[in-house]
Amino acid sequence: MTAAPEQVTERAIRLVDLYPEVMDVYADRGNVIALRARCARLGVGCEVTAVGLGDALPSDADLALIGGGQDREQRRIADDLAAHGRTLRAWAEADTAMLAVCGGFQLFGNFYRTATGEQLPGIGIFDVVTVAPGPDWERCIGDVLAQPQLDELGEVVGFENHAGRTYLGPAARPFAQVLRGWGNNGDDGSEGAVYRQAVGTYLHGSLLPKNVELMDRLILAALRHRYGEDAAIEPVEDHYAERAHRSAVAVAKWRGRPNSR
Amino acid sequence: MTDPERSGHRRRVPTFRERGALLLGRAAGAATRRLGRGGGTALPGLIAAKLAPSLVGALGGQLGHGAVTVTGTNGKTTTTRLLAAAASRGGLLPFTNASGSNLERGIVSSYVEQANGGGALEQTAERLGVIEVDEAAMPAVFTALRPRVAVFLNLFRDQLDRYGEVDSVAEGWRGALAAVGEATTLVLNGDDPAIALLAEAGGAQAVTFGVEDRSVALDGIEHAADARFCLCGAAFAYEAVYMGHVGIWRCDACGRARREPDVAARDVDLSEHGVRFQLDVRAAGPGRSLQVDLPFVGLYSVYNALAAAAAAHALGLPIEALVSALEQAGPAFGRQERFLVDGRKVRLLLAKNPTGLNEVVRTVASQARPPTLLAILNDGIADGRDVSWIYDAEIELLAGYTGPVIVSGTRADDLALRFALAGVEPTEVVADVEAALERALALTPEGGWLEVVPTYTAMLTVRAILADRTGAAAYWETAEPVEVDA
Repeated sequence: MTAAPEQVTERAIRLVDLYPEVMDVYADRGNVIALRARCARLGVGCEVTAVGLGDALPSDADLALIGGGQDREQRRIADDLAAHGRTLRAWAEADTAMLAVCGGFQLFGNFYRTATGEQLPGIGIFDVVTVAPGPDWERCIGDVLAQPQLDELGEVVGFENHAGRTYLGPAARPFAQVLRGWGNNGDDGSEGAVYRQAVGTYLHGSLLPKNVELMDRLILAALRHRYGEDAAIEPVEDHYAERAHRSAVAVAKWRGRPNSR
Repeated sequence: MTDPERSGHRRRVPTFRERGALLLGRAAGAATRRLGRGGGTALPGLIAAKLAPSLVGALGGQLGHGAVTVTGTNGKTTTTRLLAAAASRGGLLPFTNASGSNLERGIVSSYVEQANGGGALEQTAERLGVIEVDEAAMPAVFTALRPRVAVFLNLFRDQLDRYGEVDSVAEGWRGALAAVGEATTLVLNGDDPAIALLAEAGGAQAVTFGVEDRSVALDGIEHAADARFCLCGAAFAYEAVYMGHVGIWRCDACGRARREPDVAARDVDLSEHGVRFQLDVRAAGPGRSLQVDLPFVGLYSVYNALAAAAAAHALGLPIEALVSALEQAGPAFGRQERFLVDGRKVRLLLAKNPTGLNEVVRTVASQARPPTLLAILNDGIADGRDVSWIYDAEIELLAGYTGPVIVSGTRADDLALRFALAGVEPTEVVADVEAALERALALTPEGGWLEVVPTYTAMLTVRAILADRTGAAAYWETAEPVEVDA
């Protein structure tokens, strides 16, 4: 476990990066890279604590991240994550901001049943279940454009690559409505899930670098978790991020899987 | 080492059906070339394989020295080229396929092109196939080719949108090797645990290669490391990491460990414009050691040369022939090729996955006088439609870079953002490749270097422009692409 204080500022968020050396296959560390840079631009400190297999969680966190991994990596962390389940659920109830991507999203649900029928336990922050239907089924791969069902957030864009199909339970709210791509299951048009300040999604890309509105929302939620509801941020333009967002949206509209609904 | 007579190739004359398939395939290849539609490298195989799937076996059976397959994530094309050069210098008549034709039907094409209309090869006694094989196509190709020597280079994450998960590639290899008989010698990168452990999966004997020089090791394991865990489940420990998860590894839980390589590079010297090392070949008799001086940059070039040397050793080729062939082989298509354009030295450094890009970034960052950098990110099927992988690469190694940086390609905006986040403000973002090349040349002083770092389809585009301007050969003459699974 390593803590790396980024800079000395008046305000700082405590970011917990879960299993960065295991759930690292789909470049989701881009989310951490982008958060560090964004916080610096917003004048917010960002203290990143990496939590690996067997490590203890810190006493509290304002923002927790987990990325994607293959079945092998998910199997490797599932029990360790389950041991942290109670704490992570308590954090979610206390409005810690969270971002769980792909394999991490699946394990933040109730369970993930792999194509071989093995059932990996989830920590149940989202009321979702994920089942990989087997080798004869197409993998859900491609560009995604989706409209978040959250505040005033604009479209998010990214790339998905997953075998598992995720289904929302009665207590779950989708993160977004799919405009292009598969989303949770290629069937009901839902993408990801939201619970309080936690967001689960299938989007890589990496997601946060080119979806700055979502990133700012997570940072704001993290600040409010630490400093109370009055905390605010002044939006700052990011020319590179806006251009990358626009061109990725154009790509997704052009070649993304049309939503069947 | 391996004896072609023992390698179990049945010598037989192609059947009537196989000859017909071959003729039609050849005609199709000739027709596409006449029409100027690319190299026509995959079509003959597509047609011939449809009509007679047994054709490769019939043609391969005639090869006096059998076939060598070369697979892995990075270095296939260069290694294939180096090994063919060594075989040629050793008195054999090798033929290769183009890197863009490394899927099943492209490989069939390369065999078809070698045969005459009657389905016979000429000078069969000296013939050797040196065949580059796409890592995912390996299991199917393996069965058809029954290689005498199978070279496995490395296994890194690459185009996950196309290959699925890294693990499934390794599983496919294991399955194929389980069915391999005593006739195949494995040539394995002993420094890559994902490759070294293939020795347990099958095959008669294994020749390993590796780097024996801790002075070129990195500070620690890279982010884009894919084989962090042993077959027993425990995490590998490293005495030295050379790139990604490649290095001097061991498993403290089960005792598996890298063994001393049969073919090793010692005293490695990496400079701006080449690599130099001592090539040691451990053999039954007295071992041999020769100095190798290559005009290629980066430690990955050392690995490619080692793989070719180990394969040549497995084939029983003389080491002197090998070393002079390595030194004179020249770069493969788009891989460290150099062009002189208006007095500017331009080098193509193909980079299509995180580990490859890391090696290129290190090469660029290490230069005393920072060259102009033109980085091009495309998102075609052959590049990987998912551009996430740029976040797995260590662009941060270029933070504070003082040379001009031009960013281009269909996903120029994504790459510009990645550079900016890494602390490298792009000088210009120019999506169009030709316009970007013009700008990059304009920003390079006469006599200076321009390093072009493209993904695969970007490399094809930029190379065509450079070839056009400098009169270098068109791609199908230097044996390249274009086979893309649509």
